[in-house]
Amino acid sequence: MDFEIPIGVAFTDALVSQSFFLLIASILFLTLKYYQPTEGNFFYLRIWSLLLAAGATAGSYEILKFRFEPNVHYTQFLYDSLTIRFLFQVLMVGMVTVLLWLVNFHRQDKSLNERKQMLEDAAKDAELYNLRQQLQPHFLFNSLNSISALAGSKPELARSMIQQLSEFLRHTLNKDDKQLVSLKEELYQLNLYLQIEKVRFGHRLLTSVQTDPKCEDLLLPVLVLQPLVENAIKFGLYDTLHEVLIAVSANCNEGKLVVEITNPFDPASSKAAAGTGFGLASIRRRLYLIYARNDLVETIVQDNLYIARITIPQ
Amino acid sequence: MMKKYTCLVIDDEPLARILVLEYLQSFENIEVLAECNDGFEGMKAIATLKPDFIFLDIQMPKINGFELLELLEEPPAVIFTTAFDDYAMKAFEANAIDYLLKPFSKDRFEKAVSKVLAQLGSNQQNTALTAVTEDYLEKQDTLTRIVVKHNHVVRILALQELLYLEAYGDYIKLHTAEGVFLKKKTMSFFESHLNDKEFIRVHRSYIIPTQAIVKIDPPDFVILKGGSKIPISKTGYVKLKQVLGM
Repeated sequence: MDFEIPIGVAFTDALVSQSFFLLIASILFLTLKYYQPTEGNFFYLRIWSLLLAAGATAGSYEILKFRFEPNVHYTQFLYDSLTIRFLFQVLMVGMVTVLLWLVNFHRQDKSLNERKQMLEDAAKDAELYNLRQQLQPHFLFNSLNSISALAGSKPELARSMIQQLSEFLRHTLNKDDKQLVSLKEELYQLNLYLQIEKVRFGHRLLTSVQTDPKCEDLLLPVLVLQPLVENAIKFGLYDTLHEVLIAVSANCNEGKLVVEITNPFDPASSKAAAGTGFGLASIRRRLYLIYARNDLVETIVQDNLYIARITIPQ
Repeated sequence: MMKKYTCLVIDDEPLARILVLEYLQSFENIEVLAECNDGFEGMKAIATLKPDFIFLDIQMPKINGFELLELLEEPPAVIFTTAFDDYAMKAFEANAIDYLLKPFSKDRFEKAVSKVLAQLGSNQQNTALTAVTEDYLEKQDTLTRIVVKHNHVVRILALQELLYLEAYGDYIKLHTAEGVFLKKKTMSFFESHLNDKEFIRVHRSYIIPTQAIVKIDPPDFVILKGGSKIPISKTGYVKLKQVLGM
């Protein structure tokens, strides 16, 4: 073939062809930015690339033909080289597509990994929080301090408190979130806790636990009452200066077990409103996961009494 | 003759107080003037008995150890005792303040006491005390109540009682239906420690509770329940519109 084409014409040809190539490369870039093909519809991306390549070839052909119409020699050459021009565009577009796809894939993979990492971190944090919550450092260290005091003056009492504390901790550590226990068992554990707290706070803390004997064998999720009693003691004791009565009562009828935990509070300070804190929220969530109901935890304010009521379907 | 020192033991747990008293028996030159059950009692006892130093628990009913310190104009030297309080421990570390972690050994206890006795009368402890108190209270979450002292009586104000807050020199005037209480704090402290949906700083010198707004008299004033007319600034008006969704 004779390639005798003036340098100016060749230059324009190259410029136009490359401009079209740049144009479709940009279109592809934008396409892939907003549309990430999955393996199934990768086919469409290939069709789209072919269409773009064909468009670019046709576009540059029309423009060059229009621009150099009188130069028959050149237009003939242009026409003859149409196939090779098209194939070249397809090759280039293919390369660009693969390149962009790889970059996007890598980016997505990275953000997916980051998300996964974040999820794992959050789960770990929650676990750590739960562990801490279970151990209740404030309660634990204060109890140990009380034991330290008793060891000097009343060693027998110190020994029995160590006993109670150990039994309490062992039970807490053995718990499995989904496990159900009888009311009797749960109240026994609760009683250990109350005994320890009574040693700590002395005469300020009064407790009463009342159960209908016929409810004793009904089942409830393990350690579901304890956080409520903790809350009651915290708000009861830290919100008033005098003797505080924490009352636990359990009743059952019509296939339901209802437990109420009552503590006094000072209506003048708004702290009791904070009783909707973490303890209640986590119990509500646990009960929801087990019974698929959201209405099992209620809180009632009656004059200067704060009542938390939980209902366990049987 | 050995110099005599006096102290108070302020802790809401009786056994914790007994332990301190027992450990103190080996110090013949220290006299315990009183034991206090809570912050209120502690406050009164400090004012009337003027001890050289106090043992102070942090978590106590009604007002905690730091809230008690904040109310004192001339606090005695303090030996902090605490079982577990993240904020407190961080505040102590940051201000190089010695503290006793319950349960503590007799050895550790004696070191802490000797240290405080050696420091008595120097100004060193006082400035550190002010700093650690401020540090701790600053780190607290959103306020749920405000502890004030009025004519030597401690009063705990519920947030609902607040009509509005007004800057007043180094103090903040807390306006309530019962009258005005003064608190030595800054406007920005209250701005950052009150829920920003419930309280709005409408002016350099004024913070108002959202629910108390009766009428807005743009662009200069807002009328509150009880009839107070509060000036608002341009930025205050913008915030007001945002919170009220206007």
